[in-house]
Amino acid sequence: MIMMHIPKLIDRMDFGLMSPEEIRKISVTKVVTADTYDEDGYPIERGLMDSRLGVIDPGLKCRTCGARSGDCPGHFGHIELARPVIHVGYVDAIYNCLRATCRKCGRILLSESKLEEYLKRIKEMREVGWKWWGMTNEIVKSASTTEKCPYCEEKQAALKLEKPTGFVESKNRLTPSDVRERLERITNEDAMLLGINSKIARPEWMILTALPIPSVTVRPSITLESGARSEDDLTHKIVDIIRINQRLSENIEAGAPHLIVEDLWELLQYHVTTYFDNGVSGIPPARHRSGRVLRTLAQRLRGKEGRFRGNLSGKRVDFSARTVISPDPNISINEIGVPEYIARILSIPVRATKHNIEDLRNLVRRGPDIYPGANCLISSDGKRYDLRYADCEELAKTLEPGFIVERHMMNGGILLFNRQPSLHRMSIMAHEVKVLPGRTFRLNLSVCPPYNADFDGDEMNVHAPQREEAQAEARILMRVQEQILSPRFGGPIIGGIQDHITGAYLLTRKGTLLTREQSQQLLATAGVFASLPKPAVKEKGVEYWAGKQVFSMLLPRGLNLTFKAKICENCTRCKKEECEIDAYVVIRDGQLLRGVMDARSYKALDRCEVLDRIVKDYGTTAAREFLDRVTKLSIAAAVMFGFTTSIDDEDIPPEAKERISEVLDDAREKVNKLIEVYNAGELEPFPGRSLRETLEMRIMEVLAESRDRTGEIAEKYLGLDNPAVIMARTGARGSMLNLTQMTACVGQQSVRGERLSRGYRGRTLPHFKSGNLGAEARGFVSSSYKDGLKPLEFFFHAMGGREGLVDTAVRTAQSGYMQRRLINALQDLRVENDGTVRDDRGAVVQFVYGEDGVDPARSDNGKAVNVEKIIERVVGG
Amino acid sequence: MAGVSPDTIKTEVRKLDGVVPEAVVKGLEGSLLRVGKERAITREQLGEIIKGVNQAYVNAMVEPGEAVGTVAAQSIGEPGTQMTLRTFHYAGVAELNVTLGLPRLIEIVDARRVPSAALMTIYLKEKYAKSKEKAREFAQKIEMTTVEDVVLQTEMDLINIVFVLTLDRSRMQRRELTPSKVVSTIKGALKVDALIDGYKLRIKPTTQSLSELRRLASKIRALPLHGVKGINRVVVKMEDNEYVVYTEGSNLSEILAMPEVDQTRTSTNNVHEIEAVLGVEAARNAIIDEARKTLDEQGLDVDVRHIMLAADMMTASGTVKQMGRHGVSGGKASVLARASFEITTKHLLEACVHGESDRLDGIIENVIAGQPIPLGTGSVELAMRREGESGRK
Repeated sequence: MIMMHIPKLIDRMDFGLMSPEEIRKISVTKVVTADTYDEDGYPIERGLMDSRLGVIDPGLKCRTCGARSGDCPGHFGHIELARPVIHVGYVDAIYNCLRATCRKCGRILLSESKLEEYLKRIKEMREVGWKWWGMTNEIVKSASTTEKCPYCEEKQAALKLEKPTGFVESKNRLTPSDVRERLERITNEDAMLLGINSKIARPEWMILTALPIPSVTVRPSITLESGARSEDDLTHKIVDIIRINQRLSENIEAGAPHLIVEDLWELLQYHVTTYFDNGVSGIPPARHRSGRVLRTLAQRLRGKEGRFRGNLSGKRVDFSARTVISPDPNISINEIGVPEYIARILSIPVRATKHNIEDLRNLVRRGPDIYPGANCLISSDGKRYDLRYADCEELAKTLEPGFIVERHMMNGGILLFNRQPSLHRMSIMAHEVKVLPGRTFRLNLSVCPPYNADFDGDEMNVHAPQREEAQAEARILMRVQEQILSPRFGGPIIGGIQDHITGAYLLTRKGTLLTREQSQQLLATAGVFASLPKPAVKEKGVEYWAGKQVFSMLLPRGLNLTFKAKICENCTRCKKEECEIDAYVVIRDGQLLRGVMDARSYKALDRCEVLDRIVKDYGTTAAREFLDRVTKLSIAAAVMFGFTTSIDDEDIPPEAKERISEVLDDAREKVNKLIEVYNAGELEPFPGRSLRETLEMRIMEVLAESRDRTGEIAEKYLGLDNPAVIMARTGARGSMLNLTQMTACVGQQSVRGERLSRGYRGRTLPHFKSGNLGAEARGFVSSSYKDGLKPLEFFFHAMGGREGLVDTAVRTAQSGYMQRRLINALQDLRVENDGTVRDDRGAVVQFVYGEDGVDPARSDNGKAVNVEKIIERVVGG
Repeated sequence: MAGVSPDTIKTEVRKLDGVVPEAVVKGLEGSLLRVGKERAITREQLGEIIKGVNQAYVNAMVEPGEAVGTVAAQSIGEPGTQMTLRTFHYAGVAELNVTLGLPRLIEIVDARRVPSAALMTIYLKEKYAKSKEKAREFAQKIEMTTVEDVVLQTEMDLINIVFVLTLDRSRMQRRELTPSKVVSTIKGALKVDALIDGYKLRIKPTTQSLSELRRLASKIRALPLHGVKGINRVVVKMEDNEYVVYTEGSNLSEILAMPEVDQTRTSTNNVHEIEAVLGVEAARNAIIDEARKTLDEQGLDVDVRHIMLAADMMTASGTVKQMGRHGVSGGKASVLARASFEITTKHLLEACVHGESDRLDGIIENVIAGQPIPLGTGSVELAMRREGESGRK
């Protein structure tokens, strides 16, 4: 019989205050001694580590529930406080209660009619399920300004809150006992008006008379290597409280002077306050003997590493692994290369049936060290056998249907792969396992963009989903091929990068002819084993195939596309099919007739027309196959033709250099003239700008323009046969601006969008005269990277570079916080069965998602339906 | 064979009304009429096209349970890392400062009361938009001029306790102001005596105290003489064959009331001002527009639906709320959701006094409890009755 686990669900969680009686009721023991363990290392009775509070030491049994360490959840104890103290978290609420109620009769300081009205409104709000305490502030404000009690006519004395826990009424300090007395007088109905739900929390419960002591499981002590015990911060704090409490009660009993009792009471209040929150302003934080600030209750919950964000919203998990990543162009985008070492440790539970029992038996027999094997065996009665310490042969024999075998991760299994920061859902995708030798995770280069991964030492994590449901969900919803289209803009986020683009360009550009051997070899590398079409050219008895023909072998039949490639120069009159640089792409019935393949065709994150169309029309499997093949084909092509780049790609002839320096001289001249005009006071300011600002803007303009002109000159000497230019123009890597900076002129360096001006008074460096506004005195770099920067230019460049670095650091922090807030605000929204978007309360935020109910990931770049495409399909293009 | 007539196309396509979005219907009609001119479309083809469009629309719809909120947040947040941080950038109008990039996006989701660079785009009615003079005149009219703008020199006569202003003749003339006008403004706003002596004004406070005089001086300098309050700098620009007025600083209600202004297009980048003047729906559109502009300017492609959802969430309560602890997140129903976001202890302590109860309907609450979250496959609430078992006992 198969045991079914019926999951328990938490349906609701109620919050409330505990009354002193309740605290005593749940308490398993009164804690009276401030000591922990006796000489033998056993917990002292009625001490802080009393074994009725729970156990943490492995050998002991809990005296309350009888369970051992690990199973015993821990039980609360309590301390009877000699005098009541205020709970710091509630001083504001107490203050509100005190000043809004009559000092004498305890009624709320509101007239009968007002009171009725507020009560009615609160009742209404409760009925609709709104936050009924929303009016508390208003009520308190109106009540606390009332001077005379409408019920007993008592004149109200001024009440002040002395942070953090003191109350002063016309120069008399109120003791917590006084405060408690007053709170007791507040009626249940009045408490509601003050935002206190009297069914759950009485106002006087905000003053503590009994203090609950958390179990030892909450504050475990650590045994150091030396054998000495080190107690938790909370334990230290409780020790303080018990000691002072003891002294206080002794003094009271001995009838000590009022002053001493008051002092001790104050001290007790301090310790209880810091026990709850050690970051209250106005009092010094409690410290450890070593001077370290103690981490008490509030500190445990708060902040990024606190309980909520650090342990509850994000948890540490089993069945995960982390290592460095490296590329493997030969595996599919759906796959992940997993080192055998990791595959041996990550396990998957498999239930034995009569169909798989023999296979599983073999795995068990091989044990945990021989891959593929198994790590653990769980018998039908739930007993675990760790194969590391057992006789695998023997255990294998006992295996029968119903047993669960935790076998090693095997090829074809599913893993979740993740790289931090997980900024979008494509940061965690499901990959199929491929166990490979080596110590790194291997991934296909095309999945770098969604993870934003590179291989300069990046590490990534995997998680192994255990249950069949989880595995099925991962495979169906999270697999890489299902994530090709980004929900951000409805276009592909997975696609070719870098060499994939250059390779495809080299293969498909005009004049690429391949022999039969070459064509076959390329296609075989890409995994295509179809027969070649008719050769394009036959010369001297040798058959040649055009690169476009070879490329077309990967395109699905029936694909029709027309678009402009990335290399398109945006001529004023497009020559279409007659384009000289072959930038007009025409694909008919899966045949690439004209144009080249470049970034526009299948680069990730670009407007990749071909890939985009394939995913949307032929499905994700077809797209994955296309991508797997096209990347291999492109790389094979690049290898076959040879592709390399080096600094001599940026060589330009001397006459070009001369022209560039002429342009730069000219620019300097222009700048000087502008400065002259400015100095003469003849510069015409832009509206709303000062003269100085205008001058700067004009100079920047002149210099930017000259840099562009030097770039244009350099570009003329760098044709499309230059590898660096091929990369830039096809969109594979780098830009023409990068090339310009390498060959011609680096240009103006800037900080905060302005020319450099900081350093000395009126000048950037002592090499210039004060007030020099000329081009090179303010960070214009006229050299090229290749020629090398002059020392001063290098310095300026470093100034600009530093700003970039600071900028990046600040930006990641800012955008990270913005995203956290966005996620937090929006995460509860989902589409309901009726098509509306609602939040967790069920309140409608949108009646139809996005006004048309269209999922951006399934849209055609944002449009609901591609009408043209449908008409073309039916009527014909 | 002759194709169907344009009228048939229209009537057939109109049958899709209410079935698919209006934009699609319009696009389909336009494309069909265009194609219909070039070649004949048979009735069968027309039917097939309409069926195809309908099917394509159904295929593109969101599935119930889809975590649209999280996806929207990620889609807006993720490009944030790629944005520039440089606050001021000269875009469009070189003369005006505009906040762009990440700081502007943060400003929008923060729903700041006052944007760090308020800006208005004022379109003029036909009559004024075509003439440079009239546009200039209007610009002149709305630009706020304070006393300080027309003052050449200020002196404090400490013996007589008098504040002496020397006005700049040329600046006064350019703004068509006279000393007497300035004096009447000052007298109207403050209780003072003022004497005119050509372009010199001698202003005497009612009391004889020095500190009073100093306070008075700064008050007088800031007095507006002319123009619309808040409009600090005005630039007229030719755009698409009409003159458009851009202003630094904004005052939507007063500008909209001016007769020269084309109220249908004039706008400001201050979302709260739009909310106050035109209402939440307008504010919602303003948020969408502003966020979209910011992202587009950076060359980042983000689907509008994500921005719309964010804007709708910010305005769903009826007022513009910030995406943070004082707005959407702080007003959540769930105690645990609020506590796990910010100001943890305060939310927990208050929840106890209020006797709140957390229904665990949201996402983060269930993550905290270690339960399946109500999204996607987790949103299905189905119970299976196993074989051989009868219903609940």
